[in-house]
Amino acid sequence: MSMCRGGGKLDFQPLHLDVLKEVSNIGSAHAATSLSKLLNKTVTMYVPNVKIASYEEVMDVAGGAEEEVVGMFLRIEGDAPGSIFLLLSPYQAEDYIYSLTGISNLNEGGEGERDFAFSALQEISNIMTGAYLTALSDFTGLHLQPSVPSAARDMAGAILSTGLMEMSRVSDYAIAIETSLSDRDREANEKEKGHLFLFPDPDAFENIFQSLGVSSHE
Amino acid sequence: MSEVKRCIRIGIGEMGVGRASEMLKTSGLGSCIGIVLYDEVVKLAGMAHIMLPDSGMARKNRVNRAKYADTALIDLMDSLQEAGAVRWRLKAKIAGGAQMFSYSGNSSMMRIGMRNIEAVRSLLKQFSIPVIAEDVGGTSGRTIEFDPDTGTLRIKTVYKGVHEL
Repeated sequence: MSMCRGGGKLDFQPLHLDVLKEVSNIGSAHAATSLSKLLNKTVTMYVPNVKIASYEEVMDVAGGAEEEVVGMFLRIEGDAPGSIFLLLSPYQAEDYIYSLTGISNLNEGGEGERDFAFSALQEISNIMTGAYLTALSDFTGLHLQPSVPSAARDMAGAILSTGLMEMSRVSDYAIAIETSLSDRDREANEKEKGHLFLFPDPDAFENIFQSLGVSSHE
Repeated sequence: MSEVKRCIRIGIGEMGVGRASEMLKTSGLGSCIGIVLYDEVVKLAGMAHIMLPDSGMARKNRVNRAKYADTALIDLMDSLQEAGAVRWRLKAKIAGGAQMFSYSGNSSMMRIGMRNIEAVRSLLKQFSIPVIAEDVGGTSGRTIEFDPDTGTLRIKTVYKGVHEL
């Protein structure tokens, strides 16, 4: 599959992006259900965004490269390797940690409480991405294994660039599969929105399309 | 310092050159490295936001040269000389190369920060460009701003605030 004709612009057709959107839609629905159960409140996932984007555009979705976020990261291994990120605003992360553990102020707590809060976040990303990946795996028949998640509170650019490295070897563009999530019933503002990003490795696309009977050259 | 300088923003995998009346800035460096080369006499500086250590890692022929440490450095030196800097007066300041996440799997990309640091240091040594200051490694993201007028590199992190090198 030729991914990078013409100086690194990815050679994808609208059909391919639609397929990725559909796959992600199914995964997101399951992730939202599992997160809602875990937090005991309704979490909504928006319609996924799938686009071929420059690195800067990817960062902009998360509020800009310098935006402080709480990010959870895990690698997918197996037939379609890639990286998954769950990004929450610090406000949202504290809210979810409170729902799960009853710890309300991360900055006042001791180190033990902070560790506890971070493991709560790891648990959130475990359950959510687990549901997402299981749905993807059931839908495509591909074998996908998540790694143990790891969490960091830092700049969105520093966090997300970890997931762009594999792709950056073949293209100056990323294929970002992004789904926003929120627990507000009204239209949420940016601070109340989280983002789930899936960055398949370049070699993963052929397997994903093949598993669904879509030619990668169409 | 009442005047507002024009800020040149360098994106991921990009580079740019600035004069005394300008600032160079790049945001959200994780495992990537911000390389600054500057000539104090003519007050010219160039900044690159590199992602990977070596253009040999590219899996395609046409390479975005600013993305890799080796090609970015050569282009930075060339652009600075074209703009009027003198090759042997160039000095360097570098920041970045963090490992944002701990990961036990076998992806070499997870330790790319350390490999970026090693590559940049060894290339600068090879080109005999002295490293005047560096803030590399660790586990924190960095935003950096360089003032070609004073040669000051300002580094901002989420946890430790702002410091200057």
